[in-house]
Amino acid sequence: MTVTIQELEATAKKLRRQIVTMVAAGGSGHPGGSLSATDILTALYFRVMRHRPAEPAWPDRDRFVLSKAHACPVLYAALASSGYFPEEELMTFRKINSRLQGHAHIKTPGVEMSGGSLGQGLSFGLGTALAARLDRRPTHTYVLLGDGECDEGQVWEAAMAAKHHGVDNLTAIVDRNGIQNDRFTWQVMNLEPLADKWRAFGWHVVKANGHDMGQVVDALEQAVRTKGQPSVIIAETVKGKGVSFMENNPDFHGKAPNKQELEQALKELA
Amino acid sequence: MTTTANTVAPTASTREVVGKALVELGKRHSNLVVLGGDLNKSTYANMFGKEFPDRFFDFGPAEQNIVNVAAGMASSGKVAVVSTFSVFGTGRPYDQLRVGVAQPNLNVKLFLTHSGIVTGEDGVSAQSIEDVAIISALPTFKVIVPADGPEAEQAAAAAVETPGPFFVRLSRSATPVVHKPEFRFRLGVAEEMRQGKDVAIIACGIMVDAALKAAAKLAEGGVHCRVLNMATVKPLDEQAVLKAAQETGAIVTAEEHLLDGGLGSMVASLLARKRPTPVECVGLTGYAESGAPQLLLEKYHLTPNDIATAVQRAVGRKKG
Repeated sequence: MTVTIQELEATAKKLRRQIVTMVAAGGSGHPGGSLSATDILTALYFRVMRHRPAEPAWPDRDRFVLSKAHACPVLYAALASSGYFPEEELMTFRKINSRLQGHAHIKTPGVEMSGGSLGQGLSFGLGTALAARLDRRPTHTYVLLGDGECDEGQVWEAAMAAKHHGVDNLTAIVDRNGIQNDRFTWQVMNLEPLADKWRAFGWHVVKANGHDMGQVVDALEQAVRTKGQPSVIIAETVKGKGVSFMENNPDFHGKAPNKQELEQALKELA
Repeated sequence: MTTTANTVAPTASTREVVGKALVELGKRHSNLVVLGGDLNKSTYANMFGKEFPDRFFDFGPAEQNIVNVAAGMASSGKVAVVSTFSVFGTGRPYDQLRVGVAQPNLNVKLFLTHSGIVTGEDGVSAQSIEDVAIISALPTFKVIVPADGPEAEQAAAAAVETPGPFFVRLSRSATPVVHKPEFRFRLGVAEEMRQGKDVAIIACGIMVDAALKAAAKLAEGGVHCRVLNMATVKPLDEQAVLKAAQETGAIVTAEEHLLDGGLGSMVASLLARKRPTPVECVGLTGYAESGAPQLLLEKYHLTPNDIATAVQRAVGRKKG
């Protein structure tokens, strides 16, 4: 039975609570870019993707590749809620002997790609897409990129190659939250016109409000339906979405909330 | 391994031998894919592409992309061979090899040609003399430097058929065959190519032939060299090195690569830790220049004569 938009919204809120809680417990991490991507991952893991949490290596599964691997708190929350590992394990994030590393690593059940150096995920996703095509599997690969990550030249090597090799079982999603490590993206490196860049590389571009669950689901479904070319969803998002003092605040790209801030955040996400 | 060694011409470049070997490996392994970067004529990867067009992918000279695409394919069950020049397949995508291949320990195989200074006239940018050092610094990678065509052919098969990341270092120019037809490559095991008790020469790649020539000449003067072909540079066959040190009391290494981080460094480090022994290292100490391969080998001291001189120094340092 299809999960409703209202159910997805409730799940997203729960994942956001888990994100701020685990980052606070870990004492470090990247809450801002996790909260901006939460609705996207919720739509993928709880409605759009074909996957089996009890069988992470199922060959026909869809692939989710977290290229912006610093945003792993949202991925861990989505995986735990899906049943890949116990939710209690989220509190081990970034601690010694944990399976939940500071940047996504394949030692975590359900994590497809080890990352932590920006720009590599779209190439990896092109690899899984080409392998699926060779093996005639129904697999679709989704790659989540940060907008600041699009400064990396390799993203555009992969974009060019994906079109050249004619894959249409690959969807990129750009988490367009407008903030990168130091400052706003327009200050560090102006990406605009971002949609035109992707179009020029031969991609089908879908724009969506990345916090409107209905729009996110529609955009993903449209991307999967598109044949003959790869698709990219440019998801307009807010860094730190859902926590007032983190929203649109570059300080919370890579900083954990303190005890008082966590209490406030959980109150807002109740 | 079912590859036969005696199909290789007496002199053939290791790149050409591996290009042909990939076609045979492709027939045996339906999950083998080859990824190239617009150098597929020079690497002979186009032979695989002709035989298996659906399993061959050209990405142009975009090596960072190539490496992570290979990683993605490997994570989906493919054995992914990256075929390009060594200088482009090691330095350019180093971060991709580190985070994307070595850390997750994926089934990606670097079959890289045009290594070392014998790439010759193209000059220092093309002469990949740091590749063994930088790939050996990635903990999960295995590194093989074959001495000749038959060894390259079998090493390629071993790399394809053994799980995990590999770097097989291949040469542009023709390499004299030093192996007999019945030779069988053993991964991680040093091969004793000549017996001797006075000193042991540990060599890899094209320097194995030079070491054998040096040993033959030295024997005329009564110095008897053991020659070990250390084709698997990493993991190093430590037992063979320690045994040679114990039985001969002096070691000479020979490689067509920088001494820093190469075979000589690894052997010297091992001996310093476990069995201090006089060591002399033949190899490069800096960048070279354009020139004919043979003239470069002479100018940069990588000849049988240079090895013989190093042997005499090592013998002179032996105790008692």
